[in-house]
Amino acid sequence: MTSPDATGRFGPYGGRYVPEALIAALDELTAAYEKSTTDDDFQQEFHRLLRDYAGRPSLLYDATRLSEELGARVLLKREDLNHTGAHKINNVLGQALLTQRMGKTRVIAETGAGQHGVATATAAALFGLECVVYMGEVDTHRQALNVARMRLLGATVVPVTSGSRTLKDAMNEAFRDWVTNVDDTHYVIGSVGGPHPFPVMVRDFASVIGTEARDQCLRLLDRLPDAVIACVGGGSNAMGIFHAFIADESVRLFGFEAAGEGIDTGRHAATLTGGTPGVLHGARSYVLQDEDGQTLESHSISAGLDYPGVGPEHAWLHDSGRATYRAVTDADAMAAFELLCRTEGIIPAIETAHALAGARQVAEELGPDALLLVNLSGRGDKDVATAGRWFGLLGEADAEGPGENLNPPA
Amino acid sequence: MTAPAAPASSGAAFAQARSEGRAALVGYLPAGFPSYDGCIEALVAMVDAGVDVVEVGLPYSDPVIDGATIQAAAEIALRGGTRTADVLRTVEAVASAGAAVVVMTYWNPVLRYGPERFARDLRAAGGRGLITPDLIPEEAGEWMAAAASHDLDRVFLVAPSSSEQRIARTVDACRGWVYAASTMGVTGARTKTSSVAPALVERVRSATALPIGVGLGVSDGGQAAEVAAYADGVIVGSAFVRLLLDADTPSAGVKAVAGLSEELAAGVRRPARPAAG
Repeated sequence: MTSPDATGRFGPYGGRYVPEALIAALDELTAAYEKSTTDDDFQQEFHRLLRDYAGRPSLLYDATRLSEELGARVLLKREDLNHTGAHKINNVLGQALLTQRMGKTRVIAETGAGQHGVATATAAALFGLECVVYMGEVDTHRQALNVARMRLLGATVVPVTSGSRTLKDAMNEAFRDWVTNVDDTHYVIGSVGGPHPFPVMVRDFASVIGTEARDQCLRLLDRLPDAVIACVGGGSNAMGIFHAFIADESVRLFGFEAAGEGIDTGRHAATLTGGTPGVLHGARSYVLQDEDGQTLESHSISAGLDYPGVGPEHAWLHDSGRATYRAVTDADAMAAFELLCRTEGIIPAIETAHALAGARQVAEELGPDALLLVNLSGRGDKDVATAGRWFGLLGEADAEGPGENLNPPA
Repeated sequence: MTAPAAPASSGAAFAQARSEGRAALVGYLPAGFPSYDGCIEALVAMVDAGVDVVEVGLPYSDPVIDGATIQAAAEIALRGGTRTADVLRTVEAVASAGAAVVVMTYWNPVLRYGPERFARDLRAAGGRGLITPDLIPEEAGEWMAAAASHDLDRVFLVAPSSSEQRIARTVDACRGWVYAASTMGVTGARTKTSSVAPALVERVRSATALPIGVGLGVSDGGQAAEVAAYADGVIVGSAFVRLLLDADTPSAGVKAVAGLSEELAAGVRRPARPAAG
């Protein structure tokens, strides 16, 4: 099963667990989205923007030096080369076009690492929309560069000081804004979570990643990959690359969540690995929660994966066994981060480094003849300060400032 | 001392008020706020001062429809260690004081507890129903069944943005009364009550004979009287929470809550309303 039913259900997951006040807006969005899928004008404009503005198609790169190190052939889908530096722009351009067609003049977004916030601020500038981005206060510090980028683009960045002060709380605040200003405002959700139609709509806007990669792989090697590998926070880059391969039964799908300091320490963000079914932010899926259903705080070195929920389609792919989900610790992710820097001269986002650490595991299991497709979902410019501190590359003076919450490796 | 018996349902408390030619007064506090005992004391004081229906809030980690005031209260309650079982014990304590008590909760804590088990334990505690601000009837199959088998009122919300079709569907799913969210926005006291609320209540009335409670924003007796002129119930939450947040001592907080309750109770009796026959 690759599509939700009419009510937005992927098996038992998905749905709409939101206040009644938002239902009219979700119905309007569903209608606009469904119309857009068969509207030639919309599709032409969307693909023109992806090509001329975002820089698609993104390259498929045969990473030979990394392949030698990992012991299997690795192809990297270079979403990091998109305008704004990550896969997030694909979804945002689609939703900005829908915003315009719905006649709304204001967009809001939540952001963790800041990549989705930057993409939304970018599209808002391009379309002349007012833009407010909610970002956990902790994340505004560890991703300070992206806060500056959003402000340069004309967006208002609101640091959120409630709860754990990370992505989950930014999303709460965005929902509060939306329920108050829904008449003129579209909420650009940045991942494949939230109430229907967001999980299916965001997946579809992101699925250009897998569609391109599948064609590129066939053209390059005349075969499909043995495994497709992506990191999973909310899960939009993973659904974006998985979707085109779901019907290819020979292709294994692997999602790597953030194990933080280790699943057994409780300080992690591995929702499918360590969570249980529940409702958070409008959808039924897996959630990190206590026995009373209170959401637990997640932990990851990666702000973009530091979220206690996951998109409902991933929950369904997990339960059905079509995709395999595992978790990668901060330490293993940072080792993979360094490996890509040193072997290929590519600095990945720390989120993406979780997929690279996962590729190392999969390469060991599938052996040297295996062909692995890894979604290089974002670039690491925003993470240079964090990585510099992790590896002890910064002098005393530079070590102050953003990202002080990080622990150096033991 | 014997407390008066609690009404058989929260809807019955509305009917009782209607027969007296006035609107019902509904008061809210999250369980565990400002403390476990302090919450019960404040809720009992509300009942003694004329609140007809008590809403006990289940404090939740991610309250997306609550404004800053109720968020702060929920955080205090959770930091104080409030558990779902404490919410049910709070219901029991307030119900035994003679009030019609309902629980207002986000859906995930009930889902986690088990809807059937929650319905059973809520009824056993003397609770009369559940208000579910993030559960729409389309997602409520499990709750509809559990509430029916344990004789609980089901209170869903309608909003100014609800279409006629959705209002019809929502009131069909309600039992007891209907909750009309009077403004588009989160909870919180407002200096002026909503101008869209009367129109919403009129639309709901054309779809159902159930009583209609109006919430989100009422903070004084004058506003209560305004709302009571067109609604069957006046719901007050953030204003009570604010008094407890601002109080210098717990007893001063309870006294302030009792004072506001009296003012609101006078407010809901002020507009001239024909007694229903």
